[in-house]
Amino acid sequence: MNAVALSARGLHKSFGSLVVARDIDIDLPVGARYALIGPNGAGKTTLINLMTGLLTPNAGQIALGGEDVTALKPQARVKRGLARTFQINTLFAGLNPLESVTLAVCERRGIADRFWQNIAGNKDAIEEAYEILRKLKLGDACYQTTRELPYGRQRLLEIALALATKPKVLLLDEPAAGVPHEESGEIFEVVAGLSDDLTLLFIEHDMHVVFRFATHIIVLVGGAIFTQGSPAEIAADPGVREVYLGTRKHG
Amino acid sequence: MLPPVFGVLFDGIAYGMLLFVLSVGMSVTLGLMNFVNLAHCAFAMLGAYVTVVLMKDFDWNFFATLPMAFAAAALVSVAVERTLYRRLYRASDLDQVLLTIGLAFMSIAIAAWFFGTTQQPIAVPSYMRGSISVLGLNLGIYRMFLVAVGIAVTVLLVLALEHTRFGAQVRAAVDNQRMARGLGIDVDRTFAVTFALGSGLAGLGGALAIEIVGLDPQFALVYLVYVLIIVSVGGLGSIAGSFAAACLIGMSDIAGKYYVPQLGSFLIYLVMVAVLMWRPAGLFGKR
Amino acid sequence: MTTLDAPRTVTPQGYLLRQSRWRPIEVAFWLATLLPFWLFPTYLSLASQIAITGLFALSLDLILGYAGIVSLGHAAFFGIGAYTAGIFSKFVWGEPFSGLVVAAAVAGVVGYASSFIISRFRHLTLIMITLGLGLLLKEAANSAHWLTGGSDGLQGIDIWPVLGVFNFDLYGRTAYGYALGVLFVVFLFARRLINSPFGLALRGIRENFVRMPAIGADSHAHIRKVYTIAAIIAGIAGGLLAQTTQTVALEVLSFERSADVVVMLVLGGAGRLYGGLIGAMVYMIARDQFSGIAPQYWYFWIGALLVIVVMLLPNGILGGLSALLKRWRRR
Repeated sequence: MNAVALSARGLHKSFGSLVVARDIDIDLPVGARYALIGPNGAGKTTLINLMTGLLTPNAGQIALGGEDVTALKPQARVKRGLARTFQINTLFAGLNPLESVTLAVCERRGIADRFWQNIAGNKDAIEEAYEILRKLKLGDACYQTTRELPYGRQRLLEIALALATKPKVLLLDEPAAGVPHEESGEIFEVVAGLSDDLTLLFIEHDMHVVFRFATHIIVLVGGAIFTQGSPAEIAADPGVREVYLGTRKHG
Repeated sequence: MLPPVFGVLFDGIAYGMLLFVLSVGMSVTLGLMNFVNLAHCAFAMLGAYVTVVLMKDFDWNFFATLPMAFAAAALVSVAVERTLYRRLYRASDLDQVLLTIGLAFMSIAIAAWFFGTTQQPIAVPSYMRGSISVLGLNLGIYRMFLVAVGIAVTVLLVLALEHTRFGAQVRAAVDNQRMARGLGIDVDRTFAVTFALGSGLAGLGGALAIEIVGLDPQFALVYLVYVLIIVSVGGLGSIAGSFAAACLIGMSDIAGKYYVPQLGSFLIYLVMVAVLMWRPAGLFGKR
Repeated sequence: MTTLDAPRTVTPQGYLLRQSRWRPIEVAFWLATLLPFWLFPTYLSLASQIAITGLFALSLDLILGYAGIVSLGHAAFFGIGAYTAGIFSKFVWGEPFSGLVVAAAVAGVVGYASSFIISRFRHLTLIMITLGLGLLLKEAANSAHWLTGGSDGLQGIDIWPVLGVFNFDLYGRTAYGYALGVLFVVFLFARRLINSPFGLALRGIRENFVRMPAIGADSHAHIRKVYTIAAIIAGIAGGLLAQTTQTVALEVLSFERSADVVVMLVLGGAGRLYGGLIGAMVYMIARDQFSGIAPQYWYFWIGALLVIVVMLLPNGILGGLSALLKRWRRR
C-alpha cells in the first residue's frame, strides 16, 4: 500500500437531529483514483465540504499527508494541496478563463496581493495558466467571458481552476454533472489524463464511468460508509445493488 | 413613589412602540424576500400626510383618519411592488438599495411640492393631550395610547401568525422559501399581501408619529435610519426581535437625549454597532 | 468570431498587456481636463470640486465597484482627511503636500482598524455597520467642538502657496491645478492597482466570493487591504477639499455625502476606472446648472435618475456607452 495522501477519522456532522455524516473513516493512498457513490442525499457533497473545510465536523479529524488539518480554514487547506471542484458551476462569471486561472496561479504563488505590479509582468504565471487551459482544451476559448462559454467548457474550467492550485489531492464533485451523456466521456478522459502523482476522489452517478475510471469505490448511504472495495467487488456486492434499486430501507 | 428615571423609561418605551409599528413591516419583508426596501418610511410618510389632509381639509376626527392612513399606504405599496420591486427580487443588494432610496428621494420631493417643507401641525383630540399621575410619575395620555397600540399590534400580529392559515404560510416562507414553494404555497402572493400589511402598518405608524416627532418631508429619510437600525438589531423576519430592538433603541434614544444631550444620537448608533458586532444576524436573527 | 483563434495571433501575456495599455481616448480625456483653464476660467472652483469629488468616487470604486463591498459610510474617511488636513494647518504648518500626507495617513490608520470589522460582514449587516460607523463618527466630531468647531465648522485654516509659489486665489486657478495634479497621480496609482494581480483578485471577490477560498485565496486579507487603500484615497480627497476651500464643515462626514458618492459612482459606472470621474462630473455639473431649483426638488431628479439607472442602465453611463459601441461595431 502506498503512503496515505488524505485521511478522515471518525468524521461526524449533524444539523440538529439530522445526521449527515456518521463515523466516516477514509484513507486515500497517493495516486489513487477513488469514486464516491451513493443514492441522492447520502451525504457525498457534505463529505467533500467536511474534508475541504467548508463545514466544520462535530467530531473527527482530517489529515493531509499525515498532518492534521481539521482546524485549518478552506484556503489554508488549499495551500497545503487539497483542492476541489463544485457540482454546480462556481466560476468567476465576468472574468475570462485566462484571467480566472491566472488569478488562481497568482494566489498559489503568493503574489496576488501585489498591487504595485502590472499583471502582464508575471510572464511565468500567465504561461502556466495558459498551459493548464491548453491541456484542458480551453486554449482557444481563453479570452471569452466565462458566462458566455458553452456549459461543457465551463465544467472543464471548474477543473482547470482546481488544477491551478497544484493540488496533491483533488476532490471532484460530479465533474460531468449536467453534461449530455455523449460529452461526459470527454471530461473523464481529461480526468484520467491527469498526473499519476495526483490523488483523486470523484463523485459520479453514471456506473459505466465509475467502473471505467475508478480503482476503488466507496459507497455512502445515509451519511455512513455502506461498503467499499475494488470495482469488481462492488459490482458483485448484492447489498449495493439493493441500495441502488431501493429494495433495502435506508436513511 | 417612583424616581423620575421611570418616567424617562416610560417615554422611551412609548417611543419604542412607535418605532416598532413603523419598522415591523420592513423586518418581515426583508426576512421573507431578502428585499431591502429603503422606501419603507416613504409609505409611513404617506400615511402621515393622509391623516394631516383629512384632519385639516375635511375636519375628520384623528382616530377616524388612522384606518385611512393604513389603507392608503398599503394600496400604494402594492402598486409599487407590482410595477417595480417585483423585478428586483433576484438583483444584488446594491440595485435594491439604489432603486428604493431613489423612490425615497422622490417621495421627499413630492411631499415638499404638495405640502412645503414646514412642519405640519395637527391637533389630536384635547382629551389625549394631558397627562395623569401614576405613583408620582406624570405619564402622557397620548404616550399611554401609543403603548396600548404597540401592544395591540404585537398581539394581533402574533395571533395572526400563529393561528391563521395565512400566518402559517408566512412563517413557512420566512423559514425556508424553497420548501414552502415545494409545499404548494404561493410565496409571491403571500409576499404581496405581507408587503401591503407591513407598509400599511408603516402608514399607521407615520400617522401616530406626527404628535410625537412632527411631520416634514425629511421624515422618509430621518426615520429610515431608525427603522434600519431596529431591523438589523432585532434580526430579519422576527417580530419578537423587532419588538425587543424597538424598545431597546427607543429607551436608549430617549435616555441618551435626556441625560447626555450633548451626545445626540451617538448612543443608538453605538448600541447598533455593538449588537451587530456581537451578533451579526441581530438579537433574534438566524442567518 | 475572431476571438476563438485569438491565441494564435496574440500571446496570453500580450493579451493582458493590451488590457492595461493606454487608449487614445484616455489621453484625450486627461488633456481635456486642462481645458477649463482657458475655456471656463470662471468655473475653476467648480472644476476643482469635481476633481476632488471624482477622487472620492474613485476611492469608493475600488471597494464597491471592484471588490463588491457596499458602503454607506465612506464619507467617514473623507471627513477624517478633511479635518486632519484642516487641523494640521492650524496647529503645525500650512504646507499643503505634507498636510495631504498626514490626512492620508490618519484616514489610512482608521481605515485599517475598521477593515477588521468590515471584512467580517456581508450584505445588509455590512451596509448597516458602515452606515453606523459613519454616523457615530459624525456625532463624535459634532461633540468634539473644541477640536472640530462642531456645527460651526472648522475655522482658521491657513494654507501656504503650493510649492511655495502658487497662492490659492479667489478664482480657484491654483485650487484646480493642485486638485487635478493630485487626482492624476492617485489615478495613475489606482490604474496600476486595477491592472495588478491584486486588482484581479478583487474582481475575483466581486465575481464569486464562494470560489475564492477554493483557489486558496484569503479574501478577508484582500478586503482589509483594499479597504485601507480606499480609506487613504478618500482621506486625500477630503484633505484636498479642506485645503482648497480653507474651511471644514460637519457636512463632510454626513450620510448625504456617503449616499451622493454612491449615486455618482453608479451613475458613471461602478467597476470601471473612469466611472467615478464621469459620474462626479455629470452629477456636479448638473447640480450646478440646476442650482436655481430648491434642493428638495433636486432630490426628485436624483431619485428618478437612480430608478432609471437601476431599471434601464445597470452599468451606468460608461456601461451603456460601451454596450452601444459594441452593437455599432458588430453591425
